[in-house]
Amino acid sequence: MIDARCLACPLPVIQVQRAIEKNHPATLEVLVDNNPAVQNVTRFANHSGYTVTVKPLEDDEFSLTLTKA
Amino acid sequence: MKKENFFKRHWLVMLCGLIVGAAAVVLSVLGNPKNMGFCIACFLRDIAGATKLHQAGVVQYFRPEIVGIVVGAMLMALVGKEFKPKGGSSPVLRFTLGAAVMVGALVFLGCPLRMVIRIGGGDLNAVIGLVGFILGILLGIVFLKKGFSLGRAYKQSKVEGFTFPVMLTFGFILTFIGVSFFASSESGPGSMHAPWYIALGIGLIVGAIAQRSRLCMVGGIRDAVMFKEFGLLAAFGCIILAVLGGNLLRALIEGVPVSTYIKFGFEGQPIAHTEWLWNLLGMTVVGWGCALLGGCPLRQLILAGEGNSDSAITVLGMLAGAAAAHTLKTASSADGTGVNGPVATIVCLVFLLIVSVTHLRKEQS
Repeated sequence: MIDARCLACPLPVIQVQRAIEKNHPATLEVLVDNNPAVQNVTRFANHSGYTVTVKPLEDDEFSLTLTKA
Repeated sequence: MKKENFFKRHWLVMLCGLIVGAAAVVLSVLGNPKNMGFCIACFLRDIAGATKLHQAGVVQYFRPEIVGIVVGAMLMALVGKEFKPKGGSSPVLRFTLGAAVMVGALVFLGCPLRMVIRIGGGDLNAVIGLVGFILGILLGIVFLKKGFSLGRAYKQSKVEGFTFPVMLTFGFILTFIGVSFFASSESGPGSMHAPWYIALGIGLIVGAIAQRSRLCMVGGIRDAVMFKEFGLLAAFGCIILAVLGGNLLRALIEGVPVSTYIKFGFEGQPIAHTEWLWNLLGMTVVGWGCALLGGCPLRQLILAGEGNSDSAITVLGMLAGAAAAHTLKTASSADGTGVNGPVATIVCLVFLLIVSVTHLRKEQS
């Protein structure tokens, strides 16, 4: 799981990119706390062959589940 | 199909690019200096002058565009429920990085936005600047990929988030109700400005749409290189197109030769110098510094409007940097670099290297 809350652009995407390039996980959960991070991570994940499910949490946070397509 | 998707996904940011480019031409027609219709660095430098942080008499004016951008972004963020005060990510470093970015921008004579606007006017010195800017972003990317981070930002109070936009608005109101706290140039670029209400209105529009579209001059190149995302880069191109088209139209309407507003070459460009090495390295400082900060000067203003106090402190750093650049004679002029410009540029590059190397964090599992 990647906790990218409280991280400014573009660090959430970079963390996801590093995890995907290093481990090629079948699924990956990412926590973020702002809309741009949701959009940016989703866009990057889609480019990298993952589908993304976004689950809003309390306090303006989101849990993103990336699944290899 | 793919092309359709691209436009569908990125139309807003591309529209924003066109609006910013058009705004630069319109502001220039209405009084802002040629090729400096819209420049965040120049406008902040003028505000630093107006508030007497520096004494350069030719660049003092409380630019309404800056107030408009921040307040426009704030209003749009409030409407979209994206006004979320946060901060605490290395504030002093951000302040200093903001100052370094401004020193670099004033060696080149313009922020990334003005660089693009200068290119749209045919200024090839700005193409050299673009090379330096890309080089700086690539350097930033190297460290970002290695784990560079200025640390996490945490939730702050609403008052913290509103302080910067309110402070700017207060300063603006004081200026325009005729309180003589602030200086205003009687000659030079600071004396050239569009009517305040138009400048403010255009600032509000640009601030609102840039908040919604997340336009960022650094993000365009960074995302293209790192993530193969070209939306922001397309917006970059749209600004150049709008400026080129606007300048062409302006020449046609006024019945003057096109070369009045679009003149390809190095010599005789408005408010620019031809010292290529310092144009290049000045923008390297800007690109590198902004990549570490996570956004260009325009994006920092937008984020400050969203209540991000890390960005507000960065903008305050830029104001301090502008003051230092004019007080310590590192800022360039149309005659060339300032007497201390080259050494300041090298100091900034060394500083950026130190910050980059000392903030590499271990990978999160």
